[in-house]
Amino acid sequence: MPSRDITEDRHDADPRPRDITDMSSDSAPQPDKAHGGHDNRPPHLAHHFETPKQQFESGKLGMWLFLATEILMFGGLFCAYAIYRGNHQDVFLYGYGALDKMWGATNTVVLLASSLTMAWAVRAAQKGQQKLLIAMLVATFMGGVGFMGIKAVEYKAKYDHNLFPGQQFNAFYYESGKPKYPEKLAHAIEYIDGRNAGRGGASHGTDGQGGEHSDAAPAPGEGQVLQGAGHQQAEADAQAPAAVIVTASFAPPADVTNLAPPASPADAGVLDSAIDHAGVVQTPHAGHTQILWEDLSQTERGKVHIFFEIYFLMTGLHGLHVLIGMGLIGWLILKARARTFGKEYFTPVDVIGLYWHLVDLIWIFLFPLLYLIH
Amino acid sequence: MSVIQDPVNSGVYSGQDQPGGTNYINHSKGVMSWLLTLDHKRIGLMYMVSVLSAFALGGTFAIILRTMLFTHSSPENPISDSGQELYNQMFTLHGAVLVFMFIIPAVPAILGNMILPLMLGAKDVAFPRLNLLSWYCYIVGGLFFLFVLLSGGLDTGWTFYTPYSTSTSTSVAAATLGAFVLGFSSILTGLNFIATIHMLRPPGMGWFQLPLFLWALYATSLIQVLATPVLAITLLLLLAEKVLHIGIFDPALGGDPVLFQHFFWFYSHPAVYIMILPAMGIISELISTFSRRHIFGYSFIAFSSIAIALLGFLVWGHHMYTSGQSGMANAVFSLITFSVAIPSAIKIFNWLATMYKGSISLATPMLYALAFIWLFTIGGLTGVFLGSLALNIHAHDTYFVVAHFHYVMVGSMMTAFLGGMYYWWPKMFGKMYNEPVAKVAWFLIFAGFNLTFFIQFIAGSQGMPRRYADYLPEYAFFHKFSTVGSYVLAAGLVLVLLNWIHALLKGKKAPQNPWGSNTLEWHTSSPPPHENFAETPTVSDPYVMGAWDYDESIDGYVHNPQKAQELAQQGHH
Repeated sequence: MPSRDITEDRHDADPRPRDITDMSSDSAPQPDKAHGGHDNRPPHLAHHFETPKQQFESGKLGMWLFLATEILMFGGLFCAYAIYRGNHQDVFLYGYGALDKMWGATNTVVLLASSLTMAWAVRAAQKGQQKLLIAMLVATFMGGVGFMGIKAVEYKAKYDHNLFPGQQFNAFYYESGKPKYPEKLAHAIEYIDGRNAGRGGASHGTDGQGGEHSDAAPAPGEGQVLQGAGHQQAEADAQAPAAVIVTASFAPPADVTNLAPPASPADAGVLDSAIDHAGVVQTPHAGHTQILWEDLSQTERGKVHIFFEIYFLMTGLHGLHVLIGMGLIGWLILKARARTFGKEYFTPVDVIGLYWHLVDLIWIFLFPLLYLIH
Repeated sequence: MSVIQDPVNSGVYSGQDQPGGTNYINHSKGVMSWLLTLDHKRIGLMYMVSVLSAFALGGTFAIILRTMLFTHSSPENPISDSGQELYNQMFTLHGAVLVFMFIIPAVPAILGNMILPLMLGAKDVAFPRLNLLSWYCYIVGGLFFLFVLLSGGLDTGWTFYTPYSTSTSTSVAAATLGAFVLGFSSILTGLNFIATIHMLRPPGMGWFQLPLFLWALYATSLIQVLATPVLAITLLLLLAEKVLHIGIFDPALGGDPVLFQHFFWFYSHPAVYIMILPAMGIISELISTFSRRHIFGYSFIAFSSIAIALLGFLVWGHHMYTSGQSGMANAVFSLITFSVAIPSAIKIFNWLATMYKGSISLATPMLYALAFIWLFTIGGLTGVFLGSLALNIHAHDTYFVVAHFHYVMVGSMMTAFLGGMYYWWPKMFGKMYNEPVAKVAWFLIFAGFNLTFFIQFIAGSQGMPRRYADYLPEYAFFHKFSTVGSYVLAAGLVLVLLNWIHALLKGKKAPQNPWGSNTLEWHTSSPPPHENFAETPTVSDPYVMGAWDYDESIDGYVHNPQKAQELAQQGHH
């Protein structure tokens, strides 16, 4: 049923300019005698514009410029994403296991559908179809509600597993080279390893093994775990020798010592040898689709929380934009109920529609970058 | 404001009297008529009061820190810890307040708001409500900075470098929020100006009939719109780092502090051009008007503004030569940095060529324009020195850098701002300032500025590091000299303020066009009416001044429509 209208839209090469031109030739005063024409000025025409066309195009240009600022603002986050993902690929491969592809995909569909209804609302406004306009705006608003609802379910799951950002909440938060919340960390590792291993392709045996290691991980003697990891590593090498790719850690040695200063002199020796091990990490990329906790070097383990910071910053800022968009659309609904919009005046619907599409577009980038890493 | 609400007989001397004698200042009365105004001119005035207040505050910090530097420690007279802390606070707040609250908004928000729609013959900017919102953002940002002052200050330097900024106990969070909100004020102004220049040009004014001040504002606005959001996200990240300890910039948590520097300078280097480009636009107007010659190389000046804006986005790495960038990155950033000198030099040469064989009048605005050319040339060329890799390593974080950017940000930007304020003062308030006093103040500022900062080049090249509360005895002469110079500069600025207040209270009534310039703001009364123009002005080449005849009785110029028509037919040049 929607497809018919879309096709119409395509054939009807953008009705907007035509409407506007009609309007300006009908009622707008000529520029050179602008000040004489006050009587037949349309009610929505602000005093400093000469014609509705000029006002409409200004509004639209203004919104495009605003969207440019939005892109630059999100651009900073995308840039941070690229840098951290480039420097710590395994951290991202590991952390994204906590995200739920199905919820992400559903939200993508919800948001795309709401973009459709938004575009439809703009068209309804241009054609003066009041009831359709309100229906489409309400549908768009509900799309926002659905999106934020699903986001809330997802955030709840992160909260339950201590994956919220910040030192108070994140299970992966390290302090002086040691996990700050060993118990929370154990649960988080169990959760993510379980999910990662469950996705298939993991080379490291059964879920049970993963669980075992995650139990060991937060124990005070980090060296033990690392030795365990080394052992697993050797096992992995033996299992799939052809698939092993040797990658050098990007962190310079000084950086590593910074990251994981020995907790006590007694631990120093153990830790140093662990770092030597971490210096050249043998990462099973090819042939294995998932990374488990034991695959991460000591350095990388201290950085897993960064994945969640970036996830929450990006989706959080995006969610804030969805909420703002919902507020604007709510305002449009009120205005539309008062029959404010029609063929002569639909600028707010049009520019808020542009904003909504951009919010949609940003999600289109966020979804694969965060949920579909592998 | 009550002082200037006296209904002046604005424009009595010209052929375009305002019926009823009302102008934008006395058009409506009461505090609310100002606080809720959508009139770009009133918003410009409100910006003027607030930005000048910030200027006074930041200037006071500068005087305090220079005074502290007058003496250095010795075994008998060691510098106290609290003294060092106070010094750190003073140089941080001096930088932060003056950068975010004076240099960036001064020209666009005050003079741009006031003059841009007038130059277009328009009634207002494209989005008057956003314009008012931008002022409120400025005020809210300012309140955050006031809060910082009262709640433990700030000692990070205006750059908020991590990891120090996330570990200090001073009010970094409040300052960050303040800068964030101020950024929105800047974005809204830029967005408004771009839309206005695109959409509200009058019939007959194509892009190449725009006054050059508007080209400069357009280029500035591009940077404001495209760079400021990156600062916004950087500051949000810094805030998250500070409040939640997310660790994204903290090496102890796996983050990268150099990323903060990249983000910060991706905004803050283009921001340098937010400061200087509109200043250059003012200079183009002043040089042409006071040489009574058509501007030379119009399109070169116009395009050089755009070129500076675009190149400005590609040079941020020259702030980080010593931060561990790759040698290749350093070399590329160095090369692009050198290339910024080309469009800058194009402007200088075109201004000089405009003055050549001109009939130069050394009115106060022109004196500031000439000072600009001097100071900007020094500031710009030392920028080229600093852009070269080898010299940069030697001069990095020394007073050489301090002197360089003060020559650009204060010596150039501030003199252009003052020149512009004097130039448009009669238009804004309908009152003339006292010319001899203004010239004395100009001399004090020009002399005081050079006394303060030129010697810092020498101190820096001899190794005096910046940001230090104390120094070795061999630098004592430089510091004492510089401090004395700063007092002279401050005296000049106070004299400017007194002259302006005197002009408001007792100034001679200003003619419609005291300078004989032909840009459209001079085609309306002084001060302009609420609607800007009683009758729509006719657009002509902004730099052909032949249609204005000097009238001795009013000490101003009167438009001669007949001559204007002849000139239009001739096609001039």
